[in-house]
Amino acid sequence: MKEVVILSGKGGTGKTTIAGSFAALASSKVLCDCDVDAADLNLLLEPLVQEEHDFTGGWLAFINEDKCCRCNLCSQLCRFSAINDFKVDEIACEGCGLCERICPVKAIDMKPNIAGRWFVSQTKYGPLVHARLGIAQDNSGKLVARVRQRAKQLAAEGGLDYIISDGPPGTGCPVISSLTGADLALLVTEPTLSGAHDLERVIQVCRHFGVRAVVCINKFDINELNTRKIEDFCARSETRIVSRIPYDSTVTEALMQAEPVVEYTDGTASLEIMNLWQTTAFILDSKNGTYNAGLKHGSF
Amino acid sequence: MIVSIASGKGGTGKTLVATSLARSLIDDYSVTLLDCDVEEPNAHLFIKPQITSTEEIAVKVPRVRQDRCNHCGKCSEVCVFNAIAVLGDTVLTFPELCHGCGACSHLCPRQAISEIPYRIGTLEKGHSGGLEFAKGELDVGRAMATPIVRKVKQRPPGEGITLIDASPGTSCPVIEAIKGTDFCLLVTEPTPFGLNDLSLAVEAVKELGVPCGVVINRAGKSNEVIEHYCQEQDIPVLLKIPLELKIACLYSEGFTLADGLPEWKARFKQLAERIMELTGERSCNTQR
Repeated sequence: MKEVVILSGKGGTGKTTIAGSFAALASSKVLCDCDVDAADLNLLLEPLVQEEHDFTGGWLAFINEDKCCRCNLCSQLCRFSAINDFKVDEIACEGCGLCERICPVKAIDMKPNIAGRWFVSQTKYGPLVHARLGIAQDNSGKLVARVRQRAKQLAAEGGLDYIISDGPPGTGCPVISSLTGADLALLVTEPTLSGAHDLERVIQVCRHFGVRAVVCINKFDINELNTRKIEDFCARSETRIVSRIPYDSTVTEALMQAEPVVEYTDGTASLEIMNLWQTTAFILDSKNGTYNAGLKHGSF
Repeated sequence: MIVSIASGKGGTGKTLVATSLARSLIDDYSVTLLDCDVEEPNAHLFIKPQITSTEEIAVKVPRVRQDRCNHCGKCSEVCVFNAIAVLGDTVLTFPELCHGCGACSHLCPRQAISEIPYRIGTLEKGHSGGLEFAKGELDVGRAMATPIVRKVKQRPPGEGITLIDASPGTSCPVIEAIKGTDFCLLVTEPTPFGLNDLSLAVEAVKELGVPCGVVINRAGKSNEVIEHYCQEQDIPVLLKIPLELKIACLYSEGFTLADGLPEWKARFKQLAERIMELTGERSCNTQR
């Protein structure tokens, strides 16, 4: 089983559009939405929820007012400024439990914090593992790890070839959690200054964690000068560009219909995304040394 | 007045709105722009500031004094983040997991743990044509964005208008950026993804008790997707930026709307005035 995670650094470059199309194109796979605080892949795949679980992430402090002696020690020692006027600010509390341990009258209890929910669903393209982080919750990285773990389990049980993960934007905690241990990161960028800048950072993150990265330039023809800058940078950093998807208004039309674009039309963008999936699958397979003959890229 | 700019979904145009608003207001107000999208900060590409100072941002992580430690294991028992472990007669620390709560050092029976700084990013300050600017940037490979957001926001409350460019999503770094601001401008696009993520962002903003309004970017014939929702939720739609090639081109080259299409300056000024009206109304309500 091989896992590809789709990342971008910058948001809105087309990660979910590509993941949704891969869902329709790949056979023998589990789909996995690692963007747990703004999950959108489910909007394209019409999932039928089959399993639903609470995600308990960390702890929250509760002060028992009857026992509290109002010494204020907890508030003085809390590094997160989460205790004010003998009350816990649930958004600020990181659940470290120092207050519980130092309270001289044992007035503080730590309770498990339900930080979100995660689901296994059936879609017409195969199983989807997805999640919803509670609003204003910490621990998105742990929830991503949980979702990926279940996706791996499903792939192993079903003898499935691929895990296709739609990743979150950024470079921080949930991105690192989506990336570590994956076989390949597909980085989707766009030819804007922001897209190029964020791509450079996310390439460094992949390198830092030793995950091989390849690049797809989405809407490459809206600013060909910036596309060339991205190509130059990728060449310098020895990162392979595997696809250039043209701007195609049917991509937005498909999105409005909540359909993967490759199912909606066979326009220029759809055709390129089909090629991109073939290339991606080829790279994933070739790591095993099993080469599929007849694909257009020679060696990776 | 402090206005945060957030979105739920990434790539909807937060930075374009934040920087265009900043550039439109500098004629009439003293304006500070804080880039709190510390994982992927981009506002500097549009503002092109002159950076006058750079400082390192660090969190505190434990350091164990071997001469005092008797390997009792208390530190590893109290650390809920698994950032410190005692194996035989060695103590291992994992600074990247540490939240800096201080439990290990405070509760060590032999005072063997002190705290040392651990760099996670940088804070840059500068200015650009009368605009005060600051930007937080998380180091590559570091996970914890929230302490950097906190640091960027930690400035003496100046006169005038402070604009905060937040990261996408609804988790901790976003909450930290929006928390305590007077108004949150939510930038969205008229697609099912834009709507879904807007509704998540609205929930987050409501939880924080910050009033909000919506900017529809890439506006066009499907605006009603967003307008209908905003009407239902009683959230004002304050500005629409149409889906136009010339706007997309300006954005791709790193120009704000105020710099590239001067007629937009007046629209962004109006936007700021609407926000002032809305927050003014609110403070009257709270006084009542």
